[in-house]
Amino acid sequence: MVPSVPEPGSTPDTQAPDIQVERLNAWYGSAHTLRDVTLHIPARQATALIGPSGCGKSTFVRCLNRMHETGAGTRVEGSVRLGGLDIYAAAQAADIRRRVGMVFQRPNPFPTMSVYDNVASGLRLNGVRRKRLLDEVVEHSLRQAALWDEVKDSLRTRSGANLSLGQQQRLCIARALAVEPEVLLLDEPASALDPISTSKIEDLIYELKTRYTIVLVTHNMQQAARVAERTGFFLDGALVEFDETKRIFTNPRDRLTEDYITGRFG
Amino acid sequence: MNGRATGISRARRFTDHIATAVAVGRTALVLVPLLLVLGYMLGKGATSLNAAFFLHSPLPPGETGGGMAPAIGGSVLLLIVASAMGVPLGLGAGIYLAEHGRGTRTAHAVRFTADVLNGIPSIVIGIVLYLVLVLRQHHFSAFAGSVALAMIMVPIITRTTEEMLLTVPDALRDAALGLGIPPWRTVLAIVLRTAAPGIVTGCMLAFARIAGETAPLLFTAFGNQFGSADPREPVAALPLQIFTYALSPYDDWHRQAWAGALVLLLLIAASVTTMRLFSGRGLRGFGADGPS
Repeated sequence: MVPSVPEPGSTPDTQAPDIQVERLNAWYGSAHTLRDVTLHIPARQATALIGPSGCGKSTFVRCLNRMHETGAGTRVEGSVRLGGLDIYAAAQAADIRRRVGMVFQRPNPFPTMSVYDNVASGLRLNGVRRKRLLDEVVEHSLRQAALWDEVKDSLRTRSGANLSLGQQQRLCIARALAVEPEVLLLDEPASALDPISTSKIEDLIYELKTRYTIVLVTHNMQQAARVAERTGFFLDGALVEFDETKRIFTNPRDRLTEDYITGRFG
Repeated sequence: MNGRATGISRARRFTDHIATAVAVGRTALVLVPLLLVLGYMLGKGATSLNAAFFLHSPLPPGETGGGMAPAIGGSVLLLIVASAMGVPLGLGAGIYLAEHGRGTRTAHAVRFTADVLNGIPSIVIGIVLYLVLVLRQHHFSAFAGSVALAMIMVPIITRTTEEMLLTVPDALRDAALGLGIPPWRTVLAIVLRTAAPGIVTGCMLAFARIAGETAPLLFTAFGNQFGSADPREPVAALPLQIFTYALSPYDDWHRQAWAGALVLLLLIAASVTTMRLFSGRGLRGFGADGPS
C-alpha cells in the first residue's frame, strides 16, 4: 500500500555508484560534438570537467543522464555504465534521470510554483502523495542545499522565481536532491552567480560529495582545483587528459592541457 | 525639474511630453468606438430588458411583447457544445505543434492548415457544413451549428496555444525532464501550467469570437421559434434572433434586437470573467516576476 520510498537522509550514503564511460560519441544533427570519450568517474567524489566553450563538456554530462536525447536531431553511441547498469541499453530514460540528478547553468525554478512546490515537484509528479513524507523530504533537501533557514518562513507563500539568483540555484539543487538521486551532475552551476553565492555552492559541493557521486562542469579552473579530486580536460569534443586534479594543475602530461591551464588559449 | 536643466534635457523633456501626449491621445481614440458601442447598446437595450424578455418565447410578428428565451438558451447550448469540441481539439493541436512536432513536416502542414482555416470567411464554413451535415441528415440542428462554430474556434486556439507554449523557456522543460518526470507530465504539469494565463486568454478570444457569429448559423442551427435543448433539433441563437428582429419592420422587435445585443455582450463578459477567475486561482501571487 505505502510506496517504499526510503526515509530522507538514509539513502545514498553508502551506495552511490561510479560511472564507466566507454567510447562515447554524440551528435547534434551533423555536428559531431563528442568523440570517443572513455573515462571512469569514481563513486562519492567530485570530478571536474574543464575546457573552452563548445568543447563538448556540457554535451558529455547531458549524455550521463540521457538528457542529450531530448534535443531534436541528436544521437548517442557508446556505453555509459552506472554502477554496472548500461543506461542506454537496459533502462528507461526517466528512471536514469531520477538516479542521476542535474543542476543547470542558469537557475531554472518553476515560476508558477512556491518554494515548497518546487522542491516537492519531482516526487509529486512521479506519484508521491503522502503529505508527511513530502514535508520531510522538502525540509531535508532544503537543509542539504543550505537554503532552509532563508526560506523556512515563506515556503508556501513565496514563488521560486522570487528568490535571489544564488538562492534560486540552491533551490534547484534542493529540487534535484529531493528525488534522492545517487549522482549529481552540475553544469556550470555557479557561472551566473556572484562570488558569495559561488562560494556557498562550492561549500555545498564539498559537503555533498561524501554521499553523492558528483560531476562538475566548470569554466573556472580555481573552482575545479578547490572541490574536485579528479579533473578532465576537454577540447574539440575529445577528452585530452584525465587525472588527479593536483596532477592536472601542477604537472599535466599533455601540452594542450598545459597551454589551457596557463591561459594560452580558451 | 533638476537644477542641471540644460538645453538638451529641456528638448528631451519636450519630446517626452509630446510622445506621451500622442500615446494617450491614440489610446483615447481607440476607446471611443468601444465606449460608443457600449453606451448606445445600454441606452437602447436596457429599457427593453424585463423578466418576459428572459422567460418568454417570441410572439407572432406584429404583436408587442414576448421575449428571447429560446435564443438565449440556444446560444448557451451552441456555445457549450462548440467549446466542448473546439477547446480540446485546439489545445491538442497547439500542444502538438509546440511540444512534439517542432520542425517536422506534419507540423508545418498542420500550422498551414490552421492559418488557412483561420482566414476562411465564416459564411463559407456555414455552407460547407450545410452540405456535409445538414443535407445528409435532412434537417438543421444545433449540432451542425456547434460544429461550424467549433471549426472557427479550433485554428484560433491552436495558434495561440502554440505561441504561448513557445514562450515557455526550454530551461523549464530541461528542469522537469531532468527530475525524471515523464515527458507527457512535463508538458501538462509544467509547460502548460506556466503558459496557462496566455492560453486561457486565447480560448476566451475564440469564445467571444464565436459567440457573436451569425453567418455560419444561418445554414446550420437555422433558428427556432420555440425552445429546444435537443442538439439534433434546430435551435435559436441570439445573433440569429438579433439579425431577424433588426431587419423586421416592427418597432418592438427593433427594441428587442437591442436588448438581445446587450444580453449577448453580457453573456460573453460573464463567461470570460468566470473563466479568468477560475483559471487564475492557484496561480495568483506566483507571477514570474523578479524579487520583490
